[in-house]
Amino acid sequence: MNIILFLLLFPAVVSLVFAVLPPNSFRNMLVRISCLLIAAGSIYAALVFSGQGTYFFKVNFPHLDKLFFAGEMLVSAFLLVRCLKIKPKEFYIPILIVLQAGIMAYCELTHAVPEVEHAFYIDNFSIIMALIIGIIGSLICWYAVSYMKDYHHHHPEMKNRQRSFFFILFFFLSAMFGVVFSNNLVWMYFFWEITTLSSFILIGYPKTEEATRNSFRALGLNLTGGLGFALGILYLVKFSPEHTVDLARVIELGSAVMLIPVALIAFAGIAKSAQMPFSSWLLGAMVAPTPVSALLHSSTMVKAGIFILIKFAPVFQGTWAGYCLALIGGVTFLMTSIIAVTQSNAKRVLAYSTIANLGLIVACAGVGTYEAVWAAIMLTIFHAVSKALLFLGVGSIEHKIGSRDIEDMDGLIVNRPGLAMVVLIGILGMFLAPFGMLISKWACIEAFVNSNIVLAVLLAFGSAPTLFFWAKWMGKIVSVPAKQSDKAKDKVSADEWTALGVLAGLTVATAALFPLISSISVEQYIISVYHQTVTLTQGNIIIMSIMLALLILLPLAFFAYPKKPMLVQRYLAGANIGDANAYQGSIGQTQLATMRNYYLTSVFSESVLVKISIFVTIAIIVAMFSVVKL
Amino acid sequence: MSFLKKSPWVLHYDGSSCNGCDIEVLACLTPIYDIERFGIVNTGNPKHADVLLITGSINEQNIEVVKNLYNQMPDPKVVAAIGICAATGGIFRECYNIKGGVDTVIPVDIYIPGCAARPEAIIDGVVAALGVLEKKAEAFKSMKVSA
Amino acid sequence: MIKTALLIVGWVVVAPVLGGLLAGFDRIVTARMQSRVGPPLFQPFYDVFKLMSKRSVAVNKFQNFYMLCFIAFVIITGLLFFTGGDLLLTIFALAVAGVFFVLGAYSANSPYSNIGAERELIQMMSYEPMLILMAMGMFMVTKSFHVNDIMGFSKPLIAYLPGVFIGFLFILTIKLRKSPFDLSSSHHGHQELVKGITTEFSGKTLAIIEIAHWYENILLLGFIYMFFAFNPIVAISAIVITYLFEILIDNSYARLTWHFTLKSSWIVSGIFGVSNLLILAFLGK
Repeated sequence: MNIILFLLLFPAVVSLVFAVLPPNSFRNMLVRISCLLIAAGSIYAALVFSGQGTYFFKVNFPHLDKLFFAGEMLVSAFLLVRCLKIKPKEFYIPILIVLQAGIMAYCELTHAVPEVEHAFYIDNFSIIMALIIGIIGSLICWYAVSYMKDYHHHHPEMKNRQRSFFFILFFFLSAMFGVVFSNNLVWMYFFWEITTLSSFILIGYPKTEEATRNSFRALGLNLTGGLGFALGILYLVKFSPEHTVDLARVIELGSAVMLIPVALIAFAGIAKSAQMPFSSWLLGAMVAPTPVSALLHSSTMVKAGIFILIKFAPVFQGTWAGYCLALIGGVTFLMTSIIAVTQSNAKRVLAYSTIANLGLIVACAGVGTYEAVWAAIMLTIFHAVSKALLFLGVGSIEHKIGSRDIEDMDGLIVNRPGLAMVVLIGILGMFLAPFGMLISKWACIEAFVNSNIVLAVLLAFGSAPTLFFWAKWMGKIVSVPAKQSDKAKDKVSADEWTALGVLAGLTVATAALFPLISSISVEQYIISVYHQTVTLTQGNIIIMSIMLALLILLPLAFFAYPKKPMLVQRYLAGANIGDANAYQGSIGQTQLATMRNYYLTSVFSESVLVKISIFVTIAIIVAMFSVVKL
Repeated sequence: MSFLKKSPWVLHYDGSSCNGCDIEVLACLTPIYDIERFGIVNTGNPKHADVLLITGSINEQNIEVVKNLYNQMPDPKVVAAIGICAATGGIFRECYNIKGGVDTVIPVDIYIPGCAARPEAIIDGVVAALGVLEKKAEAFKSMKVSA
Repeated sequence: MIKTALLIVGWVVVAPVLGGLLAGFDRIVTARMQSRVGPPLFQPFYDVFKLMSKRSVAVNKFQNFYMLCFIAFVIITGLLFFTGGDLLLTIFALAVAGVFFVLGAYSANSPYSNIGAERELIQMMSYEPMLILMAMGMFMVTKSFHVNDIMGFSKPLIAYLPGVFIGFLFILTIKLRKSPFDLSSSHHGHQELVKGITTEFSGKTLAIIEIAHWYENILLLGFIYMFFAFNPIVAISAIVITYLFEILIDNSYARLTWHFTLKSSWIVSGIFGVSNLLILAFLGK
């Protein structure tokens, strides 16, 4: 219990300290120490509780319910004040805030909210989430220390508001721990709203017009989802015969009684994990500084959405609502994977790929069989690690080469081999065997073929573009320029290297240790929920170990290989001039051969695809709720 | 035995030929002559080629091109000059833009006469070039051993 | 155990020999179709041995490394397949090999190899869905992703998966690098693409690429075998007929654009492959 309280309260407490301390070396050291403590805390919790059953905890503190309610109202009030800055067409945002606050106030003031005996719990899945938040979250915060210094160096026009930045970052960590440990849905709702609020403030951090508009869009769409959550709670306390807001109880009661509130809360989950039709907020969120994108918009906050969906997966299994939910995920996966092909901005590629992978996880949760949930949890783990690495890698690259466009990353392997390796490992982790994402995708296919062939087909067609856009990005990085530019002088800071190095190590380690991760925690969770679990075939594990070993050993062989080939010029039809990619063109002109990747925009158009998928997914959501009501 | 002789891949370059010899080179690939019988493939890529076939004389524009192509071919390699223009500059020899035969730019191993060179002569020349290639391969091998 | 060892040795040693012979056979049949005599049967081996003896030249010191990875993963893929491993993992491992092949070309960074690499990726994007659909179809019939179980299935798989087989035939042309889908590295170098993806590779590395392609082709024939595994004689005749058909296609079509390749293969996979699976799912319930 103490460790949970520590994880819940410690980040919030230190965040208050960072709110007053100016950005100096003392503050930086304090950030690093807090990161270490939070990571250590989550690892300690994992050591104590993992591999065992679910533990519930009581909190003996008077009037805690009222405190949470006050907190909710405070959040709403704060957001309403912020809404003074909205544009006319964003009129719906204050309405949503008032509606949500109204619903919650109605529930609370009519004393309808039942007591929950055990306010907090910890099980194998929440341990995994806690580890993601604790380790990856603190690595990102660690990285942010030096990144934000550089950031303001690169953007002198911006006011240095690092105090509020770190305050929100750490406060957000507390809220995330709250989401994964709360057994009381009303409290979880409070933490949920805090994450929305953090996201809203951090997206608006650059204070440009674009950032402000995007932050309001994120707020609006997340509040739309939040309204679903509030309605779910309203249903639970007012209309449900069971009259409970106990998460464990809701899951236990299953689809027969609980499908409607669970579907309503799932609606919030879809919005939070940026599924179509809500995906636009996540794209807009990319204006925020990179640690924010890494922490909130790929590794943790969006995972809150799928966390709740995976939790409810047993309820969805075999229901129409689950089927629709899975379809939303599947369509999102296919469409955003294709759209990612058309993008050259690295952060947008990462954003679309994040949405796509979350879509896959949502699809798994919707299917809700034990195999699907196994795959979903594995995807969550691997995605969090690799994506955090990629976002941070791109952040460092952006500061060093001054661009986040993939086209500008050619020759990185020669000019900045360290950063190139980091990004390459991240990309490998995202789509190639034997790394985690692919293992999970494989499990997804097996799970889908057994239950829902339409999803399996969506997955088959969606993973091909994934291969395309990752491989061409890798291609840009590994391409060796004809003429080497001067080796860059300014080094990536030690803080950034720490975070990147640990994350790269984690990417490889999770791939190597996935059978262990599976058996000591994921399978335990699956057994506790479904009373059966997936078994990994010995032969496949051996083959994958061989593949991983090859991927590690082959580069070593490269460095050990003594004979280097004789170097000649590249083939330019014989018309080469000098050492560069220059050739003699017509009337003796010197032309430079420049190469760009294919974006297939003549086949796939982003705007058209987005419109189609928004239309389709809205139709699915309508179908989902219209039939649920029957 | 060297496998070079059994699989000579050629690169065909048109210097400033009148296209007479070029047509004859391509005629060698047709069903009548079918040089693929001897494993000869027209690669169109210096990195893959063993034999450089040049038709026509060298002009001021393509001196560098011929040098580049030659340099990009991996050892062992041979050069065959096809037709009288490639050998000496032929009737274009005195033109303002002509430098001369191929051997004014890169070393030539085999000269194939004719205007235009007949396909039989070209095949004969390539076969002769294979003998040179064989010798060069041995030299290359001993060089590798000593190195 | 001994059987597995034999299979491993068979794959690593015999497959390239068979692959080379197949390539020689292909060249002779192609020549005959063009009323030529064609090279000797062993010509592909002569080519490879010759390439081995040439000096290695490269544009940069990294590029050859990727091709070592390419062949290593092709061999792993085949091991997985011929020892009866998981079909999906086989397909994924093949994709890993393909990605290394592409990275090598990107690394060389010349316009021709770069375009070849892009087109190879488009080809991979074109055939990947159909390969996965094939694995899923086989799973739906045999209830297993394991090649062992699929090969051991007593009924003719082709009877359940005719649509999947048509889709597979379509992408097989892409995978065998035959016209009209030899987009990434054209058969004949003296064209606009030169040799596309392999333009900047020579000597030993080119030999490695060639051998890797032999391995790949044998693996693909193994995929055909699965459809007819109920009877080895039928299966081998099916392989021969299919391959002859591919050579015929190869000789009767000019190269198509990547637009067409991508769209047509997705459409064919969608129509034949997906409808086959939907029917199976419907009948299964």
